[in-house]
Amino acid sequence: MNHLKVPEKITENKLVELYKQMWLIRYFEEKVDQFFAKGKIHGTTHLAVGQEASAAGVCALLDKEDKITSTHRGHGHCIAKGATPDKMMAELFGRTTGYCKGKGGSMHIADVEMGNLGANGIVGGGIPLAVGSALTASMKKLNYVTVCFFGDGATNEGSFHEAVNLAAVWNLPVIFVCENNQYGMSGSVKEMVKVEDIATRAKAYGIPGVVADGNDIIEMINVTDEAIARAKNGEGPTLIEAKTYRWKGHSKSDAKKYRTRDEENEWREKDPIKRLKELLISESIFTEEKAEALRKEALKEIEDAVAFAEEGPMPTKDDLLTDVFA
Amino acid sequence: MREITYLEAVREAMSQEMRANEDVFILGEDIGVYGGAFGVTRGMIEEFGPERIRNTPISESGIAGAAVGAALTGMRPILELQFSDFITIAMDQMVNQAAKIRYMYGGKGKVPMVLRTPSGSGTGAAAQHSQSLEAWVAHIPGLKVVQPSTAHDVKGLLKAAMDDDNPVIFYEHKLLYKTKGDVPEEQYSIPLGKADVKREGTDVTIVATAIMVHRALEAAEELEKEGISVEVVDPRTLVPLDTETIIQSVSKTSRLVVVHEAVKRGGYGAEIASMIAESEAFDYLDAPIKRLGGASSPIPYNPELEKMHVPQVPDIIQAVKETLNKA
Repeated sequence: MNHLKVPEKITENKLVELYKQMWLIRYFEEKVDQFFAKGKIHGTTHLAVGQEASAAGVCALLDKEDKITSTHRGHGHCIAKGATPDKMMAELFGRTTGYCKGKGGSMHIADVEMGNLGANGIVGGGIPLAVGSALTASMKKLNYVTVCFFGDGATNEGSFHEAVNLAAVWNLPVIFVCENNQYGMSGSVKEMVKVEDIATRAKAYGIPGVVADGNDIIEMINVTDEAIARAKNGEGPTLIEAKTYRWKGHSKSDAKKYRTRDEENEWREKDPIKRLKELLISESIFTEEKAEALRKEALKEIEDAVAFAEEGPMPTKDDLLTDVFA
Repeated sequence: MREITYLEAVREAMSQEMRANEDVFILGEDIGVYGGAFGVTRGMIEEFGPERIRNTPISESGIAGAAVGAALTGMRPILELQFSDFITIAMDQMVNQAAKIRYMYGGKGKVPMVLRTPSGSGTGAAAQHSQSLEAWVAHIPGLKVVQPSTAHDVKGLLKAAMDDDNPVIFYEHKLLYKTKGDVPEEQYSIPLGKADVKREGTDVTIVATAIMVHRALEAAEELEKEGISVEVVDPRTLVPLDTETIIQSVSKTSRLVVVHEAVKRGGYGAEIASMIAESEAFDYLDAPIKRLGGASSPIPYNPELEKMHVPQVPDIIQAVKETLNKA
C-alpha cells in the first residue's frame, strides 16, 4: 500500500472486508426499499444508500467495547458496528427473531452487547445519550470511545448544542459524526444552516471541527483515527462533518421535489463503493474479479437474511406487555 | 428514634448509597458548593468530590440525556432538576428515550436512573416554578413515579428508587423539605408500589398524595371531633400503584375522596377514581366519588390566590361531609 495512507489497524484484508461491508449495507437498503414498495414491510424506513463510506469508515477502527449511537437512518451504522443483517431484517419484518423481538422496527435497532446503543427516532435524541456513555467511560476509567452519528438536520436541535457543550466542558471521549447528506427531510442544509460547514459549529464549543469527504472511506478512516487518538488521550471530543448525499428520498414516500435529478446524478458519480473499488484495484489489493465475487457474496448474505427474516415467528399477545420494566 | 427533616433524609439516603456503591453519582445544576437550589446536596461535594457531585451547565435536555446514556452503560445516576417544572425541557429524553429504551430494544439494556425534583406550590414562585406535573409522567409506560410525603418515607423510597433498574421520577415536595419525622439511621427500603394507610378510619377514605397527605390528616383530626372517622391512604408511588390497598379501604368505608395538588383536570385523581369505579369496590360505594385538585389556571403569584388554587384543609373537610350528605 505505497500510496495509501491509513492507520496500521487497517490492513489490506480489512480494506477488502470494508468493501464487502459497503455492499452489504447497500444491498440491505435496496432490499428493504423493494419490500416497502411491494408492501411486504410496514411502517416506515429511512435508507442510507450512497452514505456507506461514513458508516463503514468510522466504525472500521472501533472495537467491540467502543459504543455508537445512531439515527433514524441507521441500518448502515448497525451493520458497520457488527450487527448481522439477518436479525436486522427480521426486526424489519416484525419477527421475534429480530434484534428487538419485533418491538422496535427500523428506527430502533440496538445491540447493546456489541456496543450499539441504538438507533433513534428523535432527530438529535441520541446525542445526549452518547455523551452519557462517554461520561461512563470517563468516570469508570474505561478505555472506550463513543461515536455519535447524526445528520445535518440534528445540528439545529437544542439537544445537539447542549450535548456538545457538555462533552466539551467535561472533556469526554466522544466523537460527534455529522453525516451531512444535504437534506433534513426536504429542508436543504443551504436553507437551514447559515454556516458553510457544520464543522465550524465546533468552534462555539471550543473543540476541533473537521470537514471530511463522506464518500471517501479512506478519508473517513483517517479523520476518525485522529479523533479516537484525541479521545483516548484525554483531549476530549471532536466534531467530524462527513459531506455526503442520500441517493433515495427521505423515507418511503418522497417525490423528491425539493432537488433536481441533475444534482442526484452528480452525487451518484461520487459513489463511495465505486471509489473504493477503483482504489483497491489501482493499489493491486484486489482484482476486478475478486471485487465482483465480493459483491455477489454480499448480495447472497442479504438474500439469506431475508429468508431468515421470513421464517421467524411473529410475536403474540403475550409479548405485548413484557420488557416495559427491567 | 432520631428525628431529621425530609430534606436531610433525602441527603442521607443519597450519601449512604454513594458510600456503598461507586456507580451512583449525582448530576445537576448548582449542586456543588452551592448545594442545590433547595440545599439538598449541601456538603456532599466536600465528601464525594466534583466527579460524583457533578455540577452541570444549564442544559436540562442535555443532562437528562447524559444521565440516560450513563445509566445505559453501567452507571446509576441521580439527576437533580432544580424545579419539577423544568422536566418540560427534559421531556424528550425522559419520555422518548429513558422510558422506551428497554421496550423498543426488545428487553435489552436498562436505564437505572433517578430523576429527583422538587414540585408543588406555596413558595410564591408563581406559574413556572410551582407546578405538579406528575400526571404527565405517570401516563408514560416505562417510568416509575414516586411522591413521598414524610421524612421516613422519602428515605426508604429513595433507596428503593436508587436500587431500581428503571427510570424513576422522584418528586420531593418543597414545603415538606423542612418537616421532621422519625427516620432510622441505617439504610432501609420501602418498596415502590406499596401504599401506606396513614390513618385508619371507617366512614370515608381519603386518598391523598404528597403534601395533601398532611392536609388530609389535619382534616381527619377536625372531622373526628364531629364523630366522622376518616381513613387516609397515601399511595406513595403513582407508578406502580397499590390498587389493592385503595380498593380494600374503599370497600370498607364505602366513600372516597381523592385529593392532590396538581390541577384536577386530567390529574392522577381521575385515574384513582376510575380505577375504583372499575373495581369490585364500586359495589360498596354509598356516594359519588369526590375529586379535589388544583384549579384550571396557572399558579398565581399573590399568596392568597396561590392558596385558593390548591385544596386546603377546609376544602377537604367540606368534600368529606358532602360524601356523607352532611354538608
